[in-house]
Amino acid sequence: MEFTLLFLPLLASIISGFFGKFIGDRNSEIITSVFVSISALLSLTLFYQVIVNGYESNVIVATWINSGTLDVNWSIKVDALSSVMLVVVTLVSSLVHIYSIGYMSHDPHKPRFMAYLSLFTFAMLTLVTSDNFLQLFFGWEGVGLCSYFLIGFWYKKDSANAAAIKAFVVNRVGDFGLALGIFLIFYLFGTVNYSEVFQQIPQIIDKELLFLGMHIKAIDLICILLFIGAMGKSAQILLHTWLPDAMEGPTPVSALIHAATMVTAGVFLIVRCSPIFEYSPLTLNIITVVGMTTAFFAATVALVQTDIKKIIAYSTCSQLGYMFFAVGVGAYNVAMFHLFTHAFFKALLFLGSGSVIHSFKDEQDINQMGAVYKKLPYTWILMIIGTLALTGFPFLSGFYSKDAIIEFAYLRGNTVGYYAAGVGILTALLTSIYSWRLIFKTFHGTYNNKKIKIEEMHESPLVMLIPLIVLAIGAIFAGFLFKDLFIGHGGENQFWGESIKFLNPLSTDHPPLWIILITPILVLLSIPIAYYLFVKNKELPNQIAESNRPLYNFLVNKWYFDELYDIIFIQSSKKIGLFFWKTIDIKIIDKFGPDGLSLLIKNLSLRASKFQSGFIYQYAFMILIGLSALLTFLILQ
Amino acid sequence: MNFPILSSLILLPTIGALFLLFSKDKNSNTGKYVALFTSFVNFLISVYLWYLFDPSTSTFQFVENKEWLKGFVNYKVGIDGISILFIILTTLITPLCIISVNNTIKVKLRDFLIAILVMESLMIGVFCSLDLVVFYLFFEAGLIPMFLIIGIWGGERRVYSAFKFFLYTLLGSVLMLVAIISIYWIAGTTDIVQLYELGIDTKYQNLLWLAFFSSFAVKTPMWPVHTWLPDAHVEAPTAGSVLLAAILLKMAGYGFIRFSLGLFPVASELFTPLVYALSLIAIIYASLVALMQEDMKKLIAYSSVAHMGFVTLGIFTITQQGIEGSIIQMISHGLVSAALFLCVGVVYDRMHSRLIKTYGGLVSVMPKYSILFMLFTLAALGLPGTSGFIGEFLILMGAFKDNFLVAVIASFGVIFGAAYMLWLYRRVVFGNLVNKDLLKIPDLDNSEKFILWSLAIPVLFFGFYPEPLINTIEVSVNDLIEMYNFNLNMFGPEVQK
Repeated sequence: MEFTLLFLPLLASIISGFFGKFIGDRNSEIITSVFVSISALLSLTLFYQVIVNGYESNVIVATWINSGTLDVNWSIKVDALSSVMLVVVTLVSSLVHIYSIGYMSHDPHKPRFMAYLSLFTFAMLTLVTSDNFLQLFFGWEGVGLCSYFLIGFWYKKDSANAAAIKAFVVNRVGDFGLALGIFLIFYLFGTVNYSEVFQQIPQIIDKELLFLGMHIKAIDLICILLFIGAMGKSAQILLHTWLPDAMEGPTPVSALIHAATMVTAGVFLIVRCSPIFEYSPLTLNIITVVGMTTAFFAATVALVQTDIKKIIAYSTCSQLGYMFFAVGVGAYNVAMFHLFTHAFFKALLFLGSGSVIHSFKDEQDINQMGAVYKKLPYTWILMIIGTLALTGFPFLSGFYSKDAIIEFAYLRGNTVGYYAAGVGILTALLTSIYSWRLIFKTFHGTYNNKKIKIEEMHESPLVMLIPLIVLAIGAIFAGFLFKDLFIGHGGENQFWGESIKFLNPLSTDHPPLWIILITPILVLLSIPIAYYLFVKNKELPNQIAESNRPLYNFLVNKWYFDELYDIIFIQSSKKIGLFFWKTIDIKIIDKFGPDGLSLLIKNLSLRASKFQSGFIYQYAFMILIGLSALLTFLILQ
Repeated sequence: MNFPILSSLILLPTIGALFLLFSKDKNSNTGKYVALFTSFVNFLISVYLWYLFDPSTSTFQFVENKEWLKGFVNYKVGIDGISILFIILTTLITPLCIISVNNTIKVKLRDFLIAILVMESLMIGVFCSLDLVVFYLFFEAGLIPMFLIIGIWGGERRVYSAFKFFLYTLLGSVLMLVAIISIYWIAGTTDIVQLYELGIDTKYQNLLWLAFFSSFAVKTPMWPVHTWLPDAHVEAPTAGSVLLAAILLKMAGYGFIRFSLGLFPVASELFTPLVYALSLIAIIYASLVALMQEDMKKLIAYSSVAHMGFVTLGIFTITQQGIEGSIIQMISHGLVSAALFLCVGVVYDRMHSRLIKTYGGLVSVMPKYSILFMLFTLAALGLPGTSGFIGEFLILMGAFKDNFLVAVIASFGVIFGAAYMLWLYRRVVFGNLVNKDLLKIPDLDNSEKFILWSLAIPVLFFGFYPEPLINTIEVSVNDLIEMYNFNLNMFGPEVQK
């Protein structure tokens, strides 16, 4: 069953990618969608097995690398953690496949698109089902590659190409950390197999390494390096710049890769490595700080963006920040819970925005929209469900997971924890405001589009709406239904088994009542506030922006990260490269090396040839001088 | 095994070349079929040799030993796990080169084929000679066909490039010759197997190591003696670039493993920091320079410098992973750089321009080409699932064992590698098709498809399943390291590893 589950998407990808031309667009779409859907059904079965029977398995498919003591297999590992990921990946993927049939209906390259989607699904599955770090790395790079292909899918657009390369290269920076982490693990343990590594961890907790003259605890270094990898893939602050740009890709891609699955791989990595991270409180604190900074930063930027997809992208970034600070406070299962619920409502929001964009004929600016809720009633309702779930409206899925994160941060009981809880509450408020801003500006107020008449607007086809409805059901009920399974009741949790390690069991105290109540109250209050700001009194936001110009510019320009990186990294690399080439290679090495040498020899031989002038008296003169010099030398001796 | 299989491998291409030499017509296709047939038979023989080869021992196999200069030099050849892979690489690349001359070589086709065949003989000779003098002869003679290929069939500045190439490589080699003669005076033999057993007196090792190093460093090429490579590549015809990148550069890496580590362990240990430093410079420096190139061939040439920097780094880690990684990286680079140069050749034949800015938007006119070019681009940047990843990853793993900082700096090269390769690909293949001349060009023809797929299949296969490669070299590398450490303990206790 595991085998079929894993290889069906690959098979679908090969059929559609190589034979798409022969079997036709429609058949490619059907084959990929059906195959991935079968995978999704199998995943659900497995998930059920894990819940009910505590099913676990580890299938070895083949040897991969066997060099010296390094021994790596291709494997399929199923346990509680990977079964959750399997469900998220295959379920969202199959829905996105189906949705794409409608969304890409005007595109001439459908088989190629479907092949990439299926290939991505396969790569993501190898990532989550790995039993060792190297296969994880394979999947990690594989999803990065598919993301590169899909962001640059419209290859004629320069901005799409630039975004694709940016995504790949920035991810490489993260991969650099991950790879070094894997090297260090291999160096210390002589293996890259999860279970073998995790077993040996307690033996090295006091080991120190000398790095650049500093003594660093080996375990801290491993964790920090792995976390750098996670930051790249999960777009945490400093390495987040690729995610908003990645919105250049088709919207179904954003929903699948840049919301529900690939970007959560970083969270998955750290949860998978909880047996290591538990021993490194330092790194956990760093993760908390990075997570909450990202959550806050991305939310502030999302407040002022005007591109519907970029708003949701920053929102994703922000929600990933939540997951990370959940991990940082040791609540791995809560992070997984938020990952799980987030997959539903964020995919819903993305696909919903895709439906809006589709109706507006590829317009993405929310200032060019408005007042269409009657024209797109289903999309409107579904987007509202997504928004309610995202903001944590009581009893929808985000409510359970996000509030749990804030509560556990508070219960951590240290400064970082309190601080994180505070930032978490503030960010929840910001989230609510920017999400409602999006809804109000898109669906309410006045109609602002000059190119398309409002009468021409029409609802998306059924093939696009059905996946949205499935996701909406998830967004409504996933939190309520799975809360006990993921978080457990009163500290008891059987579900995760061995897949997550808690050094100290999570606190079972109840946080004070105000902590539980404050977020929902803020979220509820923010709806009328947003309505007032963005529908009733639309001048007010502009006035606020006017009176705080510098702050507004700072946010609109995304805290100037792109500009800063351009100067620090890109321009300087180019300048250094040019200097090495034009100056060192050509002006120094070549000039003094081969060219200089041949010039020297040429000059010397020119001079030497001048001696042979052909005049007897010159030769006689030279002989005379030579002879006298020789004589002088002999006499002096 | 009495049949002299290695000598036949060496001689067969030369016999083919002789046939061509005495054939009458100089430009017809018959010559091409003769050359193709010869080199293909050679490929089959070498694969059969791999099949016969016993990977469970590191002693040299298929050894032939004939007296040549009485009491001085024996013609001795033989292979171990390290050499066989390079032989197969050579015999695989040569027929592909011969197929590729279709569109590129317009004049003196017959002579070109002779040069390629002779070169194949010499390269195989390099990888299986077991005597220093024999090795030197093959090693140096290999320069001549290459020199001619660049000088006769090259581009506009071919003479300058050919001389630059010759000057650099010859200067290095002279020192190696001196060293080989000295070894004869010191040890009384130039037989490598005997020298392995005898060991070389520690007090001479440093100078001898440096002499060999000067030759290998130029051929690798290592920074700062790399500037001949971009020029040579730019001017060489496609088949010449392919041979140069795929095989000629590998002679140096092979030499480092076989001679520098094998014969001079004490000196190797001493000079490891030097090699590390030069390798790291090569990786970072060449990557940054590659980023700024406007000429496709130059870009790939600089990327070769960076990749070979990984190779030298891996070799001198003296770890199982490092050396195995280096060998796999060399094989992989042989396949991938050959393919990349062929990819450039494909569009050069159509547009007669190597400049990146000539192109853009090729994907809409050449979809098949774009797929294959993408595959090799990904292999060049070391994506998992391609052979490039296995090599690079093992090297870095080995480096990490030896020196943390070195591995960290080298890893930066991986980031740059992604940047310059993807940027190249984007500018050539993606984007809008601006240059209207491109609209007329056809996609890959059958022979081009055949060549590129012949390279693509092993790149992918060994990316997912490198076991056949690792299995072949494992014992040889392991024993080499053991011998190295043993000698180090015997002769150089103060620098013990």
